[in-house]
Amino acid sequence: MNEALLSRIGDAVLRGQLPSIENLVREALAENIPPLQIIQGGLAKGMAAVGVRFKAGDYFLPEVMVSAKTMAAAVAILEPLLESGTRIEPLGKFLIGTVSGDVHDIGKNIVSMMLRGAGFAVSDLGVNVSAERFVEAIRKERPDIVGMCALLSTTMPAQKKTLEAISAAGLRDQVKVMVGGAPVQAKWAEQIGADGYAPDAVSAVDMAKELLGLVSGTD
Amino acid sequence: MQIVGELINTSRGAVHTAVDNLDAAFIQGLAAKQVEAGADYVDVNAGTFVGKEGDKLCWLVETVQARVETPLALDTPDPEALRRALAVHRGRPLINSITGETGRWETMLPVVAEAKAAVIALCLDDAGMPQSAADRLRVAGKLVRGLEGAGVSMEDIYLDPLVCPVSTDTSAALAALEAIGAMRREFPGVHAICGLSNVSYGLPKRRLLNNAFCLLAMQQGLDAVLLDPLDRSLISLIQATQTLLGKDEYCMAYIQAVRENRLT
Repeated sequence: MNEALLSRIGDAVLRGQLPSIENLVREALAENIPPLQIIQGGLAKGMAAVGVRFKAGDYFLPEVMVSAKTMAAAVAILEPLLESGTRIEPLGKFLIGTVSGDVHDIGKNIVSMMLRGAGFAVSDLGVNVSAERFVEAIRKERPDIVGMCALLSTTMPAQKKTLEAISAAGLRDQVKVMVGGAPVQAKWAEQIGADGYAPDAVSAVDMAKELLGLVSGTD
Repeated sequence: MQIVGELINTSRGAVHTAVDNLDAAFIQGLAAKQVEAGADYVDVNAGTFVGKEGDKLCWLVETVQARVETPLALDTPDPEALRRALAVHRGRPLINSITGETGRWETMLPVVAEAKAAVIALCLDDAGMPQSAADRLRVAGKLVRGLEGAGVSMEDIYLDPLVCPVSTDTSAALAALEAIGAMRREFPGVHAICGLSNVSYGLPKRRLLNNAFCLLAMQQGLDAVLLDPLDRSLISLIQATQTLLGKDEYCMAYIQAVRENRLT
């Protein structure tokens, strides 16, 4: 029975059924399914299926967003219940921001949302983030990965500058660096010495997992 | 409706390759096709050549103008690249573009003022991406006053409301549309321009949304647009909409376009 209910929960995430997720989660809790199992065996599987469909071109951005919202609504109910026993450790700490001179935030926000959905702790520095602010935040927050977004070909050089500032501050060994944004390509990432690049938010999650040596896949 | 042909942009792979190889025939062919299809300006953008943008932009200006008489839209946020492109451009170009962001405003304004050219001004300032129509109008006011103060005439200002995707905010298109209407009422003489592809980001069959947005924006007073002039169905829709909006005396332009087999 539990399996069937968990699969309905995964399905609700996949279909972005925000209004019904709360009842399903409460039902699962009433059946004494542990919160962690609801997350891992239900919600996360649904979200993974969303990623697969998005990459295949069968799902579109608004659908991904509604699914992520549905998952977040369920996690909000479950997380307080986890505190008492099993706390979920985040997969890793991700620091994200749009580089200096660039105020585009939509892509960055979607990536943040997908990372949170996948279990990362995300710290968002916002837009027009100077190299100094990135460096300062790395010192303070000690993230595993730093993600830099640039939506203009003219602000791409700021990714390079920020990377250089991170190196100059002696922090390059402590973090993995990912770059993204519409004009950014894998070649550019390689050229400036970034560790990873992703063409979209779903791939960004996969790349982040890969950089931390976590197995990426459907569960 | 003034049409800015958007195809000569190095973010398109084939154009990047052509510019890289100094393939003049390819670029000139693309320019001529857009002009034949009705482009009033031919946009040239070499933004992917980081560090060499100025050289490439100048080459594009000279190459395109060796073939067509149409003025160009000089598409760069870099004042130095712009200055050089202006120096080799014949006639009166459209500068694409200035914004209200402090750094960009201060460095671009002297170049724009000196050029005595038309200019696209994006409704963007240090407050970041505008959300509402009111945000856009506030920035538009600052831009118009600042440009006027620098000696740019109202008729040379093309305000771009900044169109955001509906996929991440379903009120995004409406905010831009309302801003276009408000700008045209508030600043008589000033033009309203925008690109069409942002609105459909993240959605399937993007062209359908782009085209519908264009027609709605025209109803609000959009009188210039960046688009692919080779898209005959869009050009046809725009002509039909002009006629419906009372901008085609005796419907003559429409009839003429049909006779010349330009509409689909």
